[in-house]
Amino acid sequence: MAYSVDFNLRPIMELELESLRGDDTAQDSMTGTGLESGSRETLEMEVLTTESRDRLASQMSDVRERADERSEESIQTNLLVRKRWSTTTLRVLSSMPSRSIGQQSRLEIISQCNIRSTQLRRYHRQTQDVSLSSRPSIRGYGIEADSEDVCEEETKRQELVNNLQSLSAGDRVRMLRATPLSLAEKTKLRKLVFSDKVGQSLLSSQVPCCSLLKRALYHIWFGCLFILSSLQLWQVALKRLGGRFGTGVLSYFLFIRTLLLFNVFLFLINGLFLVLPQAIHPPLHTPSSHRVTGLELFTGTGYLSNSLMFYGYYTNSTINTSCRPDEITAGTGCGTTSDPHMMAYNIPLAYCFTIGITFFITGIVLVYSMSKSFGRSFRVFKSQGNMAIKVFCSWDFKVSKKMSVRMQSENITTQLKELLSEVKGGEEEKGRLSGMAVHLLAWSISLGSTFFCALGIHCFAKYMHLNSTLRRHEDAEGEVSVVHEARLLALPGVVSCGNLLLPGLFNLVSWMENFNSPIVRLYVSIFRNLLLKVSILGVLCYHWLGKIAAEPEQHGLQCWESFVGQELYRFLLVDFIFTVLYTVFGEFLWKRFSQGVLRRRRKPVFDIARNVLELIYGQTLTWLGLLFTPLLPAVQILKLLLLFHMKKSSLLVNCQASRKLWRASQMSTLFISLLCFPSFLGPSCL
Amino acid sequence: MGTTASQLRKDLLSEYQELTFLTKQEIILAHKRFSELLSKEDRNIPTPRVPMEKVLSLPELKSNPFRKRICHVFSTSDMKDGSLTFEDFLDLLSAFSDSATLEIKSHYAFRIFDFDDDGTLDGGDLEKLVNCLTGETDDTRLTTEEMRQLISNILEESDIDKDGTVNLSEFQHVISRSPDFVSSFKIVL
Repeated sequence: MAYSVDFNLRPIMELELESLRGDDTAQDSMTGTGLESGSRETLEMEVLTTESRDRLASQMSDVRERADERSEESIQTNLLVRKRWSTTTLRVLSSMPSRSIGQQSRLEIISQCNIRSTQLRRYHRQTQDVSLSSRPSIRGYGIEADSEDVCEEETKRQELVNNLQSLSAGDRVRMLRATPLSLAEKTKLRKLVFSDKVGQSLLSSQVPCCSLLKRALYHIWFGCLFILSSLQLWQVALKRLGGRFGTGVLSYFLFIRTLLLFNVFLFLINGLFLVLPQAIHPPLHTPSSHRVTGLELFTGTGYLSNSLMFYGYYTNSTINTSCRPDEITAGTGCGTTSDPHMMAYNIPLAYCFTIGITFFITGIVLVYSMSKSFGRSFRVFKSQGNMAIKVFCSWDFKVSKKMSVRMQSENITTQLKELLSEVKGGEEEKGRLSGMAVHLLAWSISLGSTFFCALGIHCFAKYMHLNSTLRRHEDAEGEVSVVHEARLLALPGVVSCGNLLLPGLFNLVSWMENFNSPIVRLYVSIFRNLLLKVSILGVLCYHWLGKIAAEPEQHGLQCWESFVGQELYRFLLVDFIFTVLYTVFGEFLWKRFSQGVLRRRRKPVFDIARNVLELIYGQTLTWLGLLFTPLLPAVQILKLLLLFHMKKSSLLVNCQASRKLWRASQMSTLFISLLCFPSFLGPSCL
Repeated sequence: MGTTASQLRKDLLSEYQELTFLTKQEIILAHKRFSELLSKEDRNIPTPRVPMEKVLSLPELKSNPFRKRICHVFSTSDMKDGSLTFEDFLDLLSAFSDSATLEIKSHYAFRIFDFDDDGTLDGGDLEKLVNCLTGETDDTRLTTEEMRQLISNILEESDIDKDGTVNLSEFQHVISRSPDFVSSFKIVL
């Protein structure tokens, strides 16, 4: 009987192994031990020191035990087998992590922690003993332990305390923290563990010399983190948004905050090492006869073109503090001085180094956060709608407003009903051929529109630059007219228009396509938007770096880097202006329209993917422009600050929570990784 | 709490910092909010308890369908009335904090979903859970037939040892397949 039961369970157990770990090693150790029934010893699996394996083992033994429990003969065999063990073993076994958490008194939790801490200790020593946890658990027979609970608890607690004391300080803290006991219990445990070290703080336990250094670094690191976290930027606003709209929309605003911190960091480093020295020692240059009109702020020309903003301002030489600053921009150095200079500050070197280091650190931080979030969110993409996952994991506890809670309940009900009907009725057979044709059409429309947009921008840019060159030659002596300056804004305007309108077209197209799974639709839309932005940026880069950088004189420019910097500045500003206009008019008016004319009851939904891509586009421009315009991060900081408040107000007034599923963690992984690649584009311009 | 004034002692603060996943500011904020919930007489007791109704009046918990279960799970009261001391409150916040591990969160989630406190999620627990998720009003609830089918599907997917209930390890296994659990199982003051 026991044999047959065992046979039936084997495929389930193997399936579990695959899904749990996908590890060959785990599987080998399982099959290696041989799961024959009736022999208890085979269950004492060796070499399982990691926690997940422990879970595996306990599950395996759980399964086995369940199977055995069902057959009477094996119960009797159990009793017989059990009597062979000593009472201590029995007591230990009976207090193993039991199936019943309600009865899982502190005793069992402590034993579990005991085991874990033992394993941790052994893992650190890298021994490979048979751990206690690999013994079969006879949980069903744990009832007998109830009567001896009190002294059991004391024994177990003492064991745990001993185990904890033998761990290192950091591990001890982590272990204590991760224990699901109440705080009062943990306090008692802590007192016991540190009873021989009263009065000392946790971190000052062992003091060899290298751990002093480690401790110092620890303190510095935590100090920085503390300062950063105590800034609590926008905490109240974020909480309000999260409470009303859920984690998905919140991730967009958290992304804005991350980008803001990035830019502050860039700005500080650049400002400290680059802008400040140059500002203190300004180079003397021929005063240009520019009229100060308000337009300069937008075009970056005129007064601003010979300022700290752009590349051309920075001297191509070393600054000495004792030297009089009287060089022209791209001119000679101050090398003829004979005074022993106090401090030599080589500007070009500083320029290169500062920007290089900024990029380097940014790249490292991005890659690190990408790998961390990737590890957290990597799962097999099962889009078949696992019902258990939906029921257990889909409730967002952050949502606190009554209306939003009700909306969430409605969402979940709808999704559950859809899943149920899917399971019941099977999927509808949509006409294969027509589906393919629609998809092909949709892709051709989107790719075609992207291509034409890029082509259009390319031609327009060429035309504009040609035009401006001609005009520059014409107006060489005379003053530059306001109209001419305003023309400079035309190209950014066109690009921003394209950026705004084409995603709308993509949305229309994907609505037409009618995808089965919302996740696929989301990824397709992200991909199309990304393609659009990449192609636009590619065309522009080709223009600036390929054409203008190669032949600056042909375009009548003294300093091409300044020109490119100005272009990027203009792009950033115009992009922001268009976003403001779109938010105010687009979303607000659309809401009025849809509620008034179309008579829809629901307000429009916040399109997270599109907005995040806009942010990434802006950040890419900043990174590209960093080399040419060291103060660009400051502009980006202002822009992000304003954007946050604007989007927040727009959201609260115009939009409502989405009905679509939003996999927040996978999306944030995707966005961080999308941010990575443009960041490497920046240094490649170097 | 060890103090009658509205200040938290420094050694207690650092102890709480070590034993929970909360930062210093979060603990101080929690103390402030907890003190606001206390009535005047209770403030002078060494370890005051806040009755469940007061806890449920917190805006973060007010509309949460699991609020009563949360109070019961974290309460250490002998009378099982869901009242919380300050340390229980910190436990609650720690389990729901940003830095809590998946294990802690899944452990407490299991206990919250276990409506009858018997240590497993059986059919009755699952039914109550789904009813909490789908809301109070009748038009959003599932029909009996749908509920039956849903529960049997859930058990089919998650019950590995086929005993008709979901235990902690099985629950944790299901949870580990969803990357969004950690980010959605959060409450911040």
